[in-house]
Amino acid sequence: MDAFTTHTGTAVPLKRSNVDTDQIIPAVYLKRVTRTGFEDGLFSAWRSNEPDFVLNQSRYDGASILVAGPDFGTGSSREHAVWALLDYGFKVVISPRFADIFRGNSLKAGLLTVQLPEKIVQRLWDDIDEDAALEVTVDVVERNVRWRGEVHDFDLDNYTRWRLMEGLDDIGLTLRHTDAIAAYEHNRKPWLPKVNV
Amino acid sequence: MGKTLAEKLWDGHVVRQAVGEPDLLFIDMHLVHEVTSPQAFDGLRVAGRPVHRPDLTLATEDHNTPTDYTLPLLGTESIKDEVSRTQIETLRRNCDEFGVRLYPMGNDNQGIVHVIGPQLGITQPGMTIVCGDSHTSTHGAFGALAFGIGTSQVEHVLATQTLPMDRPKTMAVTVDGELPDGVTPKDVILAVIAKTGTGGGQGYMVEYRGSVFENMSMEGRMTVCNMSIEWGARAGMIAPDQTTFDYLEGRDHAPKGAEWDDAVAYWTSLRTDPDAEFDAEVVLDAAAIAPFVTWGTNPGQGAPLAATVPDPADCEDDSDRVAAEKALQYMGLTAGTPLRDIKVDTVFVGSCTNGRIEDLRAAAQIMDGRKVADGVRVLVVPGSMLVRQQAEQEGLDAIFTAAGAEWRQAGCSMCLGMNPDQLAPGERSASTSNRNFEGRQGKGGRTHLVSPLVAAATAIRGTLSSPADLEA
Repeated sequence: MDAFTTHTGTAVPLKRSNVDTDQIIPAVYLKRVTRTGFEDGLFSAWRSNEPDFVLNQSRYDGASILVAGPDFGTGSSREHAVWALLDYGFKVVISPRFADIFRGNSLKAGLLTVQLPEKIVQRLWDDIDEDAALEVTVDVVERNVRWRGEVHDFDLDNYTRWRLMEGLDDIGLTLRHTDAIAAYEHNRKPWLPKVNV
Repeated sequence: MGKTLAEKLWDGHVVRQAVGEPDLLFIDMHLVHEVTSPQAFDGLRVAGRPVHRPDLTLATEDHNTPTDYTLPLLGTESIKDEVSRTQIETLRRNCDEFGVRLYPMGNDNQGIVHVIGPQLGITQPGMTIVCGDSHTSTHGAFGALAFGIGTSQVEHVLATQTLPMDRPKTMAVTVDGELPDGVTPKDVILAVIAKTGTGGGQGYMVEYRGSVFENMSMEGRMTVCNMSIEWGARAGMIAPDQTTFDYLEGRDHAPKGAEWDDAVAYWTSLRTDPDAEFDAEVVLDAAAIAPFVTWGTNPGQGAPLAATVPDPADCEDDSDRVAAEKALQYMGLTAGTPLRDIKVDTVFVGSCTNGRIEDLRAAAQIMDGRKVADGVRVLVVPGSMLVRQQAEQEGLDAIFTAAGAEWRQAGCSMCLGMNPDQLAPGERSASTSNRNFEGRQGKGGRTHLVSPLVAAATAIRGTLSSPADLEA
């Protein structure tokens, strides 16, 4: 995972709530066994059925921050949703509320998910509507989002922040504790199921 | 202060705790399927890491498998879609290379991952169970802490048999009283979701409590816990009791002999203490719950079957109104239409929500001696090969086929249409599955979530119906 400290880019307003992961990437794109190349599946139904869909509007070309309505990423646990956003070029998603699994997936894969209050998101939408070239900065070090004189703090726990800033791999971190894992394994209930090959 | 069931389960699995870091949780069982695992195995390969506990890892094929093949089945040639076939073959190669037990298509133990775990006795009270699938919450019906994870976490569990996690908050959903006739566990959970909204459970481990859940069968409890994720909950669970123990006793992987007694003694302690406090509570009155169906494009957009399609103008919240307008447009529905007048093209009975033997019995009981309405396609897809065999022993397959329904092999099937079982654009289904998202059952398809009883009655009448409508 690449280290993430701060990112500045333009933003796309996705004015929809309850954007589930089936919309972010339909199941038909999940059949691949690779980890890259999912950009074509991103919002594919909306991109193909709705000529006005935000990602079909050239004024948002090259944007790297998605600003969505509440309850973004509900439904299926598919991490392909995160990969599709990353592969398409997004580095950050801002929403008033994320589904837990999606948020966990995103922070593990290096897509920053930022929760801001609904009225701040509305203000950001308004400002992007006015100026699609608006530069938005998302700062993991300072834990804030900034644009045109506006500064809004967001929550990010210290541990996740440190992991993002260092670009650390969770598995590598956990493997530092193999002794603790072995000690736990030694004391498990004897009847717990095993499925030996 | 006492502890809730969820807190007991959590605390019993902490491998390591440190201030300012997530807890490291031990995972007792890791279930694996073909869709969310290939990139995880690949990650292990690249890093040169083995699967740490193959004995606590079980794989099956379910999402991509066709349901119209004939047995015996040896290879993957019945999978016409080349990409689906590659995914299944990749799982087989990965399980072989990393020493993971796999139940492939055609095997007696194959089926939807959340159906086979309980059936084999692998799902037990007090365990932590994860799978790269959001419906893993199903296993919470046994008093286990079970939740869905993403592919990065699948790789993490394969490599370490642990997960670093922050402890979610706790919530109680209490439903006391008597359910009216014809009201099923599916209706209960759809009513809960309609009350809380799709985000109401976010950040919580939910315990379902009260007489309604105490009186429910294990299969009903699984239906309820299965859909916890549909209102955003991290996990859903029900305290284990005699119903749980009776279900488990004698199953392949259940404890035997003296270990059974030790296990039951321990499992009996897995209850929320009387003085424990939940961070949040939701209460519903059982008597007020009716057969429920969804009218929109998320599981929270549901209403009693006797109601009409709601008017978005009645929504208090702006974003709810916009969402309702958009949903009605996608669903091709007009506000004020009685839900009972909505005509369907397809009925799907199956999935990890309602693909178990009791679900098939309920549907068969309604369809017995009746005929499917003209122009309606009915797919009955058992959740596992064992469910299929049991249904055939009970003669349910004959009832379904005599009524004009199709009797299929086991898999996820039309719940998400990764295999050929899909809706065509504009087609409408009554489905016992768990998600009515846009395009979920096929591009442009329209889904109404229903119970097995409503699905069967709808199959006969051709419009959304409850069994009571058949007698009218």
